[in-house]
Amino acid sequence: MKKNKKYWKSSEELKKESKILDKFKNKEFVEKLPEDIFITNKQALEDSSTSRRDFLKYVGFSTAAASIAACEGPVINSVPYVVQPDEIIPGNANYYASAIADGYDFRNILVKTREGRPIKILQNKDSLSLGESNARVLASVLSLYDSKRLKGPTTEGIEVNWDDFNQEIIEKLKNLSKRNEKVVLLTQSIPSPTTKKIINEFISKFPNVKHVVYDSISSSETLDAFESLFGIRAFADYDFSKAETIVSIDADFLADWQGGGYEGGYSKGRIPSGTKGKSSMSYHIQFESNMSLTGANADKRIPCRQEVLKKIVVEIYSKILDKGINNSIGFDELGKKASDNVLDVIKRLKKSGKKSLVVSGIQNIEIQKMILEINQKLSSDAFDIENPKIIYQGKNDQVKDLVNEVINGSIKGILTFGIDPGYTLPMGIDFVQAVQKMDLSVVFSTKENETSSGAKYVAAVPHFLESWADYEFKIGHYSLAQPTIQPLFNTKQFQDILLNWSGQNSTYYSEIKNNWEENILKGKSWNQSLHDGFYISNKKFRPSKNKKDHKYNIHNSINPVSSNFIDLVLYPKIGMGDGNQANNPWLQEFPDPITRTTWDNYLTVSSKDAKKHGFKNFNVANGGLNGSYAKIEADDKQIIAPVLIQPGQAEGTMGLAFGYGKIKGMKKEMQIGVNAYKLYENFQKTQSVKVSLHDNKYHEFACIQLQNTLMGRGDIIKETSLEIFNTKDKSYWNPIPVVSKNHIETPVNSDEVDIWDSFDRSIGHHFNMSIDLNACTGCGACIIACHSENNVPVVGKREVRKSRDMHWLRIDRYYSSEESFESDNEAVDAISGLGETLSVMDDMEKANENPEVAFQPIMCQHCNHAPCETVCPVAATSHGRQGQNHMAYNRCVGTRYCANNCPYKVRRFNWFRYNKNDEFDYNMNDDLGRMVLNPDVVVRSRGVMEKCSMCIQLTQKTILDAKLEGREIKDGDFAVACSKACGSKAIVFGDINDSKSEIKKLKDNDRAYHLLESVGTKPNVVYQTKIRNKDIS
Amino acid sequence: MNSLKIKYLKGVLIPLFFITSLSFDFLYSQEEQILAGKKLFNTHCAACHKVKKKAIGPALRGVSEKYDREWLYSWIKNSAAMIKSGDPQAVAIWEEYNRTAMNAFPQLSNVDIDNILAYADYIPPAPVVAQAAPVVSGGENAGNFNDIILIALVLVFLILTAMLILVKRTLIRIASASGVKIVSDEKPKENIPLSILNAFAKNQFLVFSSVIILMLSSGYFVYAWMMQIGIDEGYMPVQPIHYSHKIHSGANKIECKYCHSSARVSKHSGIPSLNVCMNCHKNIAEYNGEEDLENGYDKEFYTNEIKKLYAAVGWDEDNQVYTGKTQPVKWVRIHNLPDHVYFNHAQHVEVGKIECQKCHGPVEEMEIMYQYSPLTMGWCINCHRESNIDLKGNEYYTKIHEELSKKYGVEKLTVAQMGGLECGKCHY
Repeated sequence: MKKNKKYWKSSEELKKESKILDKFKNKEFVEKLPEDIFITNKQALEDSSTSRRDFLKYVGFSTAAASIAACEGPVINSVPYVVQPDEIIPGNANYYASAIADGYDFRNILVKTREGRPIKILQNKDSLSLGESNARVLASVLSLYDSKRLKGPTTEGIEVNWDDFNQEIIEKLKNLSKRNEKVVLLTQSIPSPTTKKIINEFISKFPNVKHVVYDSISSSETLDAFESLFGIRAFADYDFSKAETIVSIDADFLADWQGGGYEGGYSKGRIPSGTKGKSSMSYHIQFESNMSLTGANADKRIPCRQEVLKKIVVEIYSKILDKGINNSIGFDELGKKASDNVLDVIKRLKKSGKKSLVVSGIQNIEIQKMILEINQKLSSDAFDIENPKIIYQGKNDQVKDLVNEVINGSIKGILTFGIDPGYTLPMGIDFVQAVQKMDLSVVFSTKENETSSGAKYVAAVPHFLESWADYEFKIGHYSLAQPTIQPLFNTKQFQDILLNWSGQNSTYYSEIKNNWEENILKGKSWNQSLHDGFYISNKKFRPSKNKKDHKYNIHNSINPVSSNFIDLVLYPKIGMGDGNQANNPWLQEFPDPITRTTWDNYLTVSSKDAKKHGFKNFNVANGGLNGSYAKIEADDKQIIAPVLIQPGQAEGTMGLAFGYGKIKGMKKEMQIGVNAYKLYENFQKTQSVKVSLHDNKYHEFACIQLQNTLMGRGDIIKETSLEIFNTKDKSYWNPIPVVSKNHIETPVNSDEVDIWDSFDRSIGHHFNMSIDLNACTGCGACIIACHSENNVPVVGKREVRKSRDMHWLRIDRYYSSEESFESDNEAVDAISGLGETLSVMDDMEKANENPEVAFQPIMCQHCNHAPCETVCPVAATSHGRQGQNHMAYNRCVGTRYCANNCPYKVRRFNWFRYNKNDEFDYNMNDDLGRMVLNPDVVVRSRGVMEKCSMCIQLTQKTILDAKLEGREIKDGDFAVACSKACGSKAIVFGDINDSKSEIKKLKDNDRAYHLLESVGTKPNVVYQTKIRNKDIS
Repeated sequence: MNSLKIKYLKGVLIPLFFITSLSFDFLYSQEEQILAGKKLFNTHCAACHKVKKKAIGPALRGVSEKYDREWLYSWIKNSAAMIKSGDPQAVAIWEEYNRTAMNAFPQLSNVDIDNILAYADYIPPAPVVAQAAPVVSGGENAGNFNDIILIALVLVFLILTAMLILVKRTLIRIASASGVKIVSDEKPKENIPLSILNAFAKNQFLVFSSVIILMLSSGYFVYAWMMQIGIDEGYMPVQPIHYSHKIHSGANKIECKYCHSSARVSKHSGIPSLNVCMNCHKNIAEYNGEEDLENGYDKEFYTNEIKKLYAAVGWDEDNQVYTGKTQPVKWVRIHNLPDHVYFNHAQHVEVGKIECQKCHGPVEEMEIMYQYSPLTMGWCINCHRESNIDLKGNEYYTKIHEELSKKYGVEKLTVAQMGGLECGKCHY
């Protein structure tokens, strides 16, 4: 296989002739400075108030002023502690195990603090469950320093003190209690044993209070299904590493499905293992409507409409359990392709038996019951109901009743905690209006939000990094959260306030400790559990044995297809989730793994539907993507949202992400997107809507998908099928490019053809990084980890649109069209040159219908023969003996030659000063937000180039620690931010001079290759060829 | 007659001798007692007691009068037993001092205790303040002397000049009287400076080269001036508390890393928190060391600085308790590295085993701390080029050193050979 597949990053590349694309290919910096226009325009020159002479005067003056100002250094004060806490040594980091449970994410974490401030969140790798972190969890440290946080309790918007505040509310509570008026305590899911106790005590004190749990994105029907089968409201847990056949029907389990955290197990099974020639890996087939992260990773992805998905589950159920449910459910034309695949799936499931797993994200109790039964019938090893997850608890009926009662006024008092129903309910506005009329309305929140704007009392609660808490995320798996910083503001924890209101003198902390020592630890050490952040007891859930024979009436839940309506599938983006961290600039600038779009949500539309409705996407001169607006109509509501044409989107369906369109408590730059919750009627993620073209205006997206384009170098990704991998030689599927020397073909990596003198790197450390394209799910946790470790600035939507994003680490997403390698090869072999390639790919729609996706994280490759180093006129970038390509920012004069000469496009230029600059009003513009900065890494100033340093501050720290302790460094000691953050262990970092190290083995692995090997840069980052399981058995 | 006289004398002298010797004896023993008492006080009591002031325990002056001597003996030897037995005086004092038990000193004899008490009660005679005329300091004296010589010299030269003029005039007069005609050898009047200038202006080469020289030399000075921008060598800011490294580190020989303990483990050397100061200053409330009167650093001055510390840390000296009212000290930072430089103290102090003085200079001699080194990159690099790495007993280096020294063919490796000149080692 000489050539690989044809890849494209954006539909733009499929066009026959694209001027934009040519421009991108030929120019590193798309937009030229407009000096030519200005100089040739005589009129403008004359009109300009600044003459050339004036300009020179200003230059002279400012140079002189600057140098005079430099003579006098500023006086810098150092203020030591009065009494230094024992555990704090200025300059050294402390780590604390903790846990996050913000109502959407439930994870065990590790918090890195410096001088008493949390600066980074890491995975708690020792915890046996939910230890992986996603982008939101890692970014949550920035939400601690959100300048929009509430500074203290307020009554009708006026800041008051806690005593008066509590007194007033207790009075009202007593009053309401006396009159026996309904009061509701509406909270997020709090899987906390002690909080449950506290709430129960509170309710026993005020019996008129009813506790209702509300999840902004509901999983209620899945929980209902589990409850009706096994007796408790929980999720079954899954160990994807034990599954050989994974069938997912609309379950985005690599993102947020059932709380997420499955990427580790999944990736374990995705790496081909076993003896050479007999390697095996899991087979993953995904049926879905939107192009999800999980679908992008699947070996086979079948786009289907929502009702087809339900039919598929029914079909599988009836075949696996040998129960004919209702044969009249047939697959129509749209689902025909899917139905063919279903037969194949059933065959596979039966074959792999215990090693198979079926999961679904369809929010339907019947469907979910079937899924549970299928897994039970298969007696799947990956299926765990002994330690089910008990994170989300919301019950749709309860919430619906409650909302009705609130709106019709029969509830007189409301207390909300951790949620924002004013924003997340479709009838949010009515809800807030009703709250305004109540006798008692208290909102417990860290920030001002839509609900708090209607409440009389707003209780400022601390961020989770300032709080105590205990959790039980899985039955028997307990977690402890501890404060890692003194409360920044005058805040009190929800639980402490409830204790106060119930007239108790104790604190939440002492309650947790007592509860744990009495009921959970039973003699085990509290300090040890606090240190670990978790405790696992031998408590197990035993489902009731008496299994009833379920009767399904699936007909009602499968709506007839009407071609007039579109299935609008609402989904959470991995960067934004339910939107509770929408004011977090890291997450706003986080590119969506699939669409590579930042700072927006949009309607994802298939290209066929786009054509039908007249939606357009096109790139403008500076490379920015523009899209039409669509009017989405459902019942009496309508929403205008921009359209993004999404390859792989099932025809007849469209997707829209939650979490955007928030206004209250948000900085102006972040009040963007549309609020999809407005259409989230009855907590159904699928809504039938009518969609039409709106206006002739275009929305400006800030995508980074066209940026840093391939420049026709398609072999940047190498992939093959498991069959070829097993049967053919390495030189077939992972060949080393050859060049001709004296008419002899010589591999490019041989010394023969090397024109460089190489350093001797055999002594000391030589760092290498391996990125496994099979394990990488593209989730992007590494991007946020890199952000927080290296003080990467946020540049804002306008700048991202101009290709000025600053991410040191990007995850490129490639689409490829041909379904089999053979046909792909035929197509590719038949053509030469890009223009012709595109003509072969003329049928854009076909290519766009259901592409295969590959993710490739790219950061600085730290080339041993780095092209950037040779072109720097001031030697600001140079090579270290340890393999790192150094960048001395203070030496850089900003010529940008290096970026031009970088074949991987990983260098980022500081076009502006992004800190202390009102034009970039993100976290680096206020004192609070700057507290998150890593003091070991300099904040770059305007006009300098920056890039991945391979976290040299971390490798140096590891070395120093070894020196201080006088020991050798073990394998595994070296780690960088991205490798630490990777839940799927796709990124491995280490020292290849250590012959026993994991990285050495990976570097010598058959699958290993370097990016653009033919360029001869000899990078220190190796990639592992992607293997797809195309097994057609 | 003589004998009588002698007898008489004897009669007077012997008693006199006895009296004097006795009184000497008495005086001598008291002095000895006080000296012994001082020694004992310093070893056993000073940790909790002061002579004149209340500390953890009461002031010792006057206790011998306040309490019965026998009571004191038993109290000092075993106070706890007395409290237990319910002695009213003992219980009272125990209560007064927040039930802080006094250590038992069974090893002290009654004589020892007497000595301690004698020391405590001893009031040294007020030092006779010498009302002598202010001593003219040596420096000023020398200055005056120089001035006088200069004035004298000027006078001598003036006289000489006057004499010469007079002599000349006399000679001319004599010459004219004897008919000798004096021929002036001056050339006809021509403006000499102008002519030189004209000649200079005509010589283009000279003009050119002098302009070049002028430009180069001014360039040299401008460059030299520019190069010192941002280099704060000798920076000696006024600190909120006059902290003397000379006294702490010089006179009292306190290890640098006792206070700057984080230098061993962290990138920062760390300014000690105030509780570290209080480890010693809980007991050292006043300064009793050498004074530097010339600069106004007398005992009172230093004692006042200690009071500033007490105010900052919130220490109530009279009641020996922390008030909790603290006022963090805003020290002025002296050694400021730019943001883009990463420097780690632990690496240099603990791994490299470099003396603090190597970079910070003779701190033990500094009354006021100042920046000793330029802290420029050239200065850093130079040291990295010259310094060998001490690798003994550090397993981290064993293998690397072996291989590297083989490669470079040297016994000892410099920091530079280990990669200490790479940009990224300090700039990230």
